[in-house]
Amino acid sequence: MEMTETKRGASEFTDSSESRTLMFRDALNEALREEMQRDATIFIMGEGIAERGGSYKVTAGLLKEFGPKRVIDTPIAEASFTGAGVGAAITGMRPIVEILFIDFTLLTLDQVVNQAAKYNFMTGGVGQVPLVIRTQGGVGNGLAAQHSQSLEALFYHVPGLKLVMPSTPYDAKGLLKTAIRSDSPVIFIEHKLLYMTKGAVPTDDYFIEFGQADIKRRGSDVTLIAWSNMIPRALAAAEKLAEENIDAEVLDPRTLVPLDTDSIVESVRKTEHAVIVQEAIRRGGVASDISSIIQSRVFDYLNAPIEIVAGMNTPIPFNLTLESATVPQEADIIQAVKRVLYKA
Amino acid sequence: MYTKAFLADLYRTVYTIRLFETECIKLYRQGFIRGYFHPYLGEEAVATGVCAALRENDYIVSTHRGHGHCIARGAQIDRMVAELLGKKTGYCKGLGGSMHIADVATGNLGANGIVGGGIPIGVGAALGAKLRGEDRVVAIFFSDGAANNGVFAESLNLAAVWNLPVIFVLENNHYAVSTRIEDSSRNPDLYKRGRGYDVKSSSVDGNDVLKVYEKAVEAVTICQQKKGPVLIEAKTFRHGGHHVNDPGSYMPEDRLLYFKKKDPLKINRKYLTEIGQATPAEIEEIEANVSRQMEQAIEFAKNSKEIEITEFVDLVRGY
Repeated sequence: MEMTETKRGASEFTDSSESRTLMFRDALNEALREEMQRDATIFIMGEGIAERGGSYKVTAGLLKEFGPKRVIDTPIAEASFTGAGVGAAITGMRPIVEILFIDFTLLTLDQVVNQAAKYNFMTGGVGQVPLVIRTQGGVGNGLAAQHSQSLEALFYHVPGLKLVMPSTPYDAKGLLKTAIRSDSPVIFIEHKLLYMTKGAVPTDDYFIEFGQADIKRRGSDVTLIAWSNMIPRALAAAEKLAEENIDAEVLDPRTLVPLDTDSIVESVRKTEHAVIVQEAIRRGGVASDISSIIQSRVFDYLNAPIEIVAGMNTPIPFNLTLESATVPQEADIIQAVKRVLYKA
Repeated sequence: MYTKAFLADLYRTVYTIRLFETECIKLYRQGFIRGYFHPYLGEEAVATGVCAALRENDYIVSTHRGHGHCIARGAQIDRMVAELLGKKTGYCKGLGGSMHIADVATGNLGANGIVGGGIPIGVGAALGAKLRGEDRVVAIFFSDGAANNGVFAESLNLAAVWNLPVIFVLENNHYAVSTRIEDSSRNPDLYKRGRGYDVKSSSVDGNDVLKVYEKAVEAVTICQQKKGPVLIEAKTFRHGGHHVNDPGSYMPEDRLLYFKKKDPLKINRKYLTEIGQATPAEIEEIEANVSRQMEQAIEFAKNSKEIEITEFVDLVRGY
């Protein structure tokens, strides 16, 4: 996903900063390593993360550097090791819990929703839960119905959680470092198709504040709002649209909680057209909420109804042809943009 | 041999829990307390005996039936009553209520509205303490009902494989809400489950404060020797239904009578008299002091203010 200099968004680095090209998974690994070097209260636990280095190699090398006390392989007991993360977090540690697939976070929901998300509240604001739950989600590679879900809306719905869904190596590193330093529980969702993608990452230390959207491509005709793996797809669609003289702005909220509604509203006020792209199924999704926010704040600026391009209302099929058909593709995004511009 | 002062401390705690519950049930009936209220009546010796064995740095994890754990761990009863009345001076500023009292300052990591929900949290607190190299144990209180929840099995295994300083305190009051233990477990001796995980496990008369205390002291020592966790099943009985509005009509009279004869308060008083050689006047003085504190706590709670809506909104702004 190359961005031309003129179209480059707010995520460009300061001029003084050196950068190199890193894979998404290596950017995450660097964030973990740097934070663990800095703060001895940080430890990681999950399934196959130590010796094996994680299914996607995000924790590769950490066992060697930090030892088995801080890089812990767990039994397959998601509810309890996530709960152990909560208990360690409220008593002075900064645990990072890795849940192999977001589908398996469903086994942890009591600990996440009833415990972690409510502890600060139920203690009248006294107790803090500096816990990061890293997990991997989304459609790709024929992993079928129980290893392919996009479940961000579940967590979006629960007060007391932060929700992060990075789309680039740069964002992944900067947001993970912020997540680790956050005193609130953070759900950090990594898309399985992004781990091997590459991008520029500064050599200098940096952080990305939560609640700051990034314009991945500047444009004037339509605002494409997308996150996670829908960002490369939206950017590819935007390049195709440019060939037809349609100038799309691509906005990545990066964190869904907190959500940078001001940047969304500002962009739509400028372009007067909005298309929201989510991989998750449409019903009860985050896109519907963003759509509602846009219409309530800038209804008078809109020249067309807001379009939502979302996954089909179905579990994800194993068959690869069907798998692609269930989630938004470049062509779907292009068509939606043309519809809102009345060029379809 | 136990000193009079030590036995008097135990008695004071058991009596405080007893009085706290009975007085708060009155407040409930008068409409001052709303929501759910799960009394610890009849089970007082478990929390009292276990907490007496804990050190200042140790943690406890409590349950929905948690008032006794809080008191035994040293919570202030005025702030507890205030929480039950939903007041700003309560432990959770009135946001938590009966099922969510926590006081990190006294190592009380919190009650829990979800049966079994606190078990993994206690394991995590022990894991953190172990990683920091601290000499702490975590006493996790939970019920026979929670012992049938998956997290009990998972957490017992986690604590075992990681050699964590956890005391699993299984309060077997024989009822999961209204379901008899015999109807939910083939073998009602729940401590035997620990053996499958290679965890030192035993049962104790949960109504006998000294027996509980001795068992807990032994468990703390085992944890200090890095041979934890330990599972203690304390056999006890609720003196009533699941909560204040449950008359407990499913509990057979004879069984209740049997356990009322073994009332933890009576047993503790007997110890104080026979071993501690306390006079009736000395016992009356303890009770009078507790009654006075309870009256003051109720006054404090009634006179306290509720949290302002604006303050509440500020608190949840980032959510």
